[in-house]
Amino acid sequence: MGNEMKLTKLLTSAALALGLATTAMADGHEKTKVGFVFVGPIGDGGWTYEHNKGRLAVEEEFGDKVETVFVESVAEGPDSERVMTQMALDGADLIFTTSFGYMDPTINVAKKFPDVKFEHATGYKRADNVSTYSARFYEGRAIQGHIAGKMTKSNIIGYIGSYPIPEVIRGINSAFIHARKANPDVQFKIVWAYTWFDPAKEADAAKVLIEQGADVVLQHTDSTAPQAAAQEAGNVVTFGQASDMSQYAPFPRVSSIIDDWAPYYIARTKAVMDGTWTSTDTWDGIGAGMVGIGEISDAVPADVKAEALALKASLADRSYHAFTGPLNKQDGTPFLAEGETADDGTLAGMNFYVEGIEGDIPQ
Amino acid sequence: MDLSAINPILFVAGFLVAATPLIFAAIGELVVEKSGTLNLGVEGMMITGAICGFATAVETGSPMLGFAAAAVGGAVLSLLFVFLTQVALANQVASGLALTLFGLGLSALLGQSYVGIKPPRLPDINFGPLADIPVVGPILFTHDIILYLGIALVAATWAVLKFTRAGLILRAVGESHDAAHALGYKVVRIRTLAIMFGGACAGLGGAYISLIRVPQWTEGMTAGVGWIALALVVFASWKPWRLLLGAYLFGGITQLQLNLQGAGVAIPVEYLAMSPYLITIIVLVILSRDKSAAPACLGRTFHASS
Repeated sequence: MGNEMKLTKLLTSAALALGLATTAMADGHEKTKVGFVFVGPIGDGGWTYEHNKGRLAVEEEFGDKVETVFVESVAEGPDSERVMTQMALDGADLIFTTSFGYMDPTINVAKKFPDVKFEHATGYKRADNVSTYSARFYEGRAIQGHIAGKMTKSNIIGYIGSYPIPEVIRGINSAFIHARKANPDVQFKIVWAYTWFDPAKEADAAKVLIEQGADVVLQHTDSTAPQAAAQEAGNVVTFGQASDMSQYAPFPRVSSIIDDWAPYYIARTKAVMDGTWTSTDTWDGIGAGMVGIGEISDAVPADVKAEALALKASLADRSYHAFTGPLNKQDGTPFLAEGETADDGTLAGMNFYVEGIEGDIPQ
Repeated sequence: MDLSAINPILFVAGFLVAATPLIFAAIGELVVEKSGTLNLGVEGMMITGAICGFATAVETGSPMLGFAAAAVGGAVLSLLFVFLTQVALANQVASGLALTLFGLGLSALLGQSYVGIKPPRLPDINFGPLADIPVVGPILFTHDIILYLGIALVAATWAVLKFTRAGLILRAVGESHDAAHALGYKVVRIRTLAIMFGGACAGLGGAYISLIRVPQWTEGMTAGVGWIALALVVFASWKPWRLLLGAYLFGGITQLQLNLQGAGVAIPVEYLAMSPYLITIIVLVILSRDKSAAPACLGRTFHASS
């Protein structure tokens, strides 16, 4: 009898303590816990590396008021759902899921934890507690396309795709449009790697493209392996993807697209702390600083560099849109009329090549 | 579609290189499994070998020392598995998985200061006039010594298992550890040596990726080759030459599908992407209809008193 009493008392006080803790958290006195789910290792030197830099920036900004946790190399699909669930159970207040393939898992887990805020990168499904955010990488692709078109001597540009999703297809189209503008004879060879991160496979894909005559290789995969393959080949131009990859500058890497997630991650964490967080859809580009263009190296002729920088400036101040008509789809049907620009809805769901690209998009 | 864009000579030379890490890892695991032990830690030992080899090659400037260090690194890590399964008699499946996780973490830690560095290049062997033979020359005689070592290792493993007393003892231990023990063979010692051999081979395979195939260090860069090696051993029904065939099939079709994509062949990419797995499995399953079975004691714990 006595034991039972004690147990009840213990449970009550435990519940009370728990209740206090929860209240304290809502008041902002306790640490805000921010979780990150990464698709590759934080040392990939590309995509995940930059997201992790954003996480570290959050820690630096808020110091003791925040606690961050992350899990790396999480497979897209059911595994990710387990990881997110565990993070939510462990008391995360805000969870960033940083790969396209986490879209449905994020929505599923968010349903189960209505009080936890979720932020999904590069997807399009939102809920009351799920925001989406992405960067207009295609603006950077336009600049790469221009430089690629000017730099190629064989007129064959290789492109390593990851998965045939709108984000990747958008990038291919944007690069192609501007490569053709710079050099009407340019052709694209596209290889789908079906992975975001597999250095050996990415290196193989780059080598195959180089063997088939490409002297510029663009990549939409996360590791620096294609850079190493190009360096080995000796006369092949590459661009840093997601991160500066400056260890391969000034050649083969002649420029790069750099993702800068830090300001966004800081702002969203702050919103959770202040209780002002709402579900939003953010899509920023060069102008807002979410997409950076890495230094264009001296391997690029001065006039080409100047053109690329002018293009960057016009994209940044919105005087020029990377998808401006006249443009046709691959099958020749009209896409954009003279002077017309693509709206965000079309861009977000882009599932077709523009005219001039050969081959089919895997369905 | 432009098939003429594919250079068959470069293609074949390319897949010989692509298959080599797989050959090393798989032939090592074959010996381990022949001794009756199932080590699922191949991926962990490979990635550890990849960074040990890379770091040593960068620090000393010698790729050959790098490969030596990779073999040592893989073998040392496998000692952890030896301790868990042969001394502490822990479950082999769980211990192997733990070894993989441990290897991935350890390599990430060791590799932190080696990201973005270019390793010294291992030169191709100079075969002199042989390399000038049309077609055959560039395919067979333009590689580094490690690639030939991989093929030699398969041949040696086959010969040792089939023709020597040592091979007979190893197989006896794998088929019936109690009988082997009764005959006076040191089961634990023999298995320890087999596991260390497997670790050294996996380490060499990992270093081949980080020093030659890619060449750079990136966390997690083996990206599942160790698991494919494990599957390959089973589908090759524990036979060295079939294993070599399987590795070349897998490497070849992987390269071929990238080449076909680049040439714009109108086969849906999804089918091309899954074809290496599918075709390798189908061919090896057909070959293994002769019901050659796994070593009878595979995965079973041995204790001298039992």
